Amino acid sequence: MATIALLLELPRSGRRRFATAGIAVVAATFFALIGNEALVDRMLVAAFGTVPDPVFATPLLALTLQHLAIVAISSALTIAVGLPLGIWVTRESGRDFHDVVSAAVDFGQVFPPIAVLALMFPIFGLSPASAVLALFLYGLLPVVSSTVAGLEAVSPAVIDAARGMGLGRFRILLTVELPLASAVILAGIRTSVIINVGTATVAAVIGAGGLGLSIFTGISTDNSGNLVEGALAVSALALVLDGGLAVLASWLAPEGLES
Amino acid sequence: MITLEHITKRYGDHVAVDDLSFEVADGDVAVLIGPSGCGKTTTLRMINRLIEPTSGRILIDGTDATTLKPEELRRHIGYAIQSVGLFPHLTVAENIATVPKLLGWKPARIRARATELLDLVGLDPSQYAEKYPRQLSGGEAQRIGVARALAADPPVLLMDEPFGAVDPLNRDRLQVEFAKIQRELKKTVVFVTHDVDEAIRLADKIALMRLGHLEQYDSPEAVLDHPASKFVHDFVGADAALKRLARVRADTVMRTDVPVAQDGAAAVAIAAGQTARFIYLTDTNGALEGWLDRSVLERGTPLVDAATRIDWREAAIGPDASLKEALSRMLALGYRSVPVVDDAGRLLGDVSLADVERTMEAGDAHVAEPGEEAPGSTDVPAAADAVGE
Repeated sequence: MATIALLLELPRSGRRRFATAGIAVVAATFFALIGNEALVDRMLVAAFGTVPDPVFATPLLALTLQHLAIVAISSALTIAVGLPLGIWVTRESGRDFHDVVSAAVDFGQVFPPIAVLALMFPIFGLSPASAVLALFLYGLLPVVSSTVAGLEAVSPAVIDAARGMGLGRFRILLTVELPLASAVILAGIRTSVIINVGTATVAAVIGAGGLGLSIFTGISTDNSGNLVEGALAVSALALVLDGGLAVLASWLAPEGLES
Repeated sequence: MITLEHITKRYGDHVAVDDLSFEVADGDVAVLIGPSGCGKTTTLRMINRLIEPTSGRILIDGTDATTLKPEELRRHIGYAIQSVGLFPHLTVAENIATVPKLLGWKPARIRARATELLDLVGLDPSQYAEKYPRQLSGGEAQRIGVARALAADPPVLLMDEPFGAVDPLNRDRLQVEFAKIQRELKKTVVFVTHDVDEAIRLADKIALMRLGHLEQYDSPEAVLDHPASKFVHDFVGADAALKRLARVRADTVMRTDVPVAQDGAAAVAIAAGQTARFIYLTDTNGALEGWLDRSVLERGTPLVDAATRIDWREAAIGPDASLKEALSRMLALGYRSVPVVDDAGRLLGDVSLADVERTMEAGDAHVAEPGEEAPGSTDVPAAADAVGE
């Protein structure tokens, strides 16, 4: 308890360094555990009396890396499209499209990813591309809406002063608006990535692999070991990523905004 | 020099500014004032093209502002606004560096300039340069806002109610400081306010606007004494004579041949040969310490009791203080005169209630500047250089 109290007294840079070290240790532990198939199996036997079916058992580490790759690609796409889209609808040229884009992005999230997979199947077939596309659409909402919210929260006085001093629109966006909106935007990206980690389990349905494979195998063969192994790995992965992104955001946040 | 020629701004059917023409001479402060919606801020923002006029021309030192790129134009015009708009993610020094950086100044020059400007606005550079805006009080933020506007030493300064968001005490202090800085830098300033007292205090010329029209463009004295319309008269208020006091500096009316002594005994000796009731007491450096009341002394009161000890920082005014301040100091402290001292507290003279009264009666007498009409003249001193376009 005393240690925790002491930590809260640390200046922000100290807390930040501590959190970074902490999340690095947790991530290392996670991968060490995932990589040690025998140890995981022993723990599952102890807990459930069942062992993951060796017939379907792709190594857990390989599934995790597959999962991560699907999340990374779809999230990168989400950010690459969502961020510019959010910026555009807050500019003069795109303001008219604000509501249309919001509605489209909302629709992307309420449309079930599994349905997207079904729709994409005839086009992409049994390829991870369908899964990536489904996840991309699903994760767009938090990125776009947080970009819009962050940019709209920048004080008009600050922008007026910037314009009055002769900064061009693009320079104002890059050096004033985005830094000031960065905390909100990063929070949105974080949400989007974490949602993707969970949702990416559906990729297994079309044979794109990932930790979903372990879960679906467990369901279809009535093997709790496989099921729990996959589910726990997904949750742990989500927690590690969430912590990592939180730490990243704290390093990226402009210093002057600290409260 | 800033010249507005037949400037009109329309928003659909609404005419925000209607055929406005006036000129601001180099080194002058022109204050745009009027009720809300009179077009004063719109006018200001057309000068640096944050708003484009519907018709008319704006010349800055003879150059048509529309021939320049808006960003280029703005980098050479200082801009300070009521809400300040400091960049919250940048330090004070980085905020001040904004325009110099855009102009490609070398880092060393930018740093030196930031230090110089913080000194100018009365904030210790070593203490403030690395602070963030959220660590500043309202008054400090306004000062940084002004410093930032002055950063690249622009000849022209646009200020939109720059002291509007601070408390009255701070506003007063900021006005005094701004007047002092302006005496030194001689910028050509266009200043928007809705505060008549602020306008009278800071303006060389007041542009009184109403519904997009210019009602009167003249010196504060002329606006006070000879309002061009009933609207102007009503707007500046019925206490024009009192307001005029804000335009008169203490050192232009103070009596300088006041009896002074360095200690009580010397004061008694002087008092014996004097008709003046009060003798000022100073220390060996000439700094004001108090005064001796001869009438009290004559009643046989011991010397120590007849002397009034004061702190000159509280009971005296500076030579550049206005008669309005002199009067309020007299009322606050309950005396009929107030000593005038320099920065070190050295006695320069005093201003009495009688001096103030005389100034109010004489009208323009004490505000006349060299080259204007003689004191006591009934002519309007500044009428000669009114708009006249």
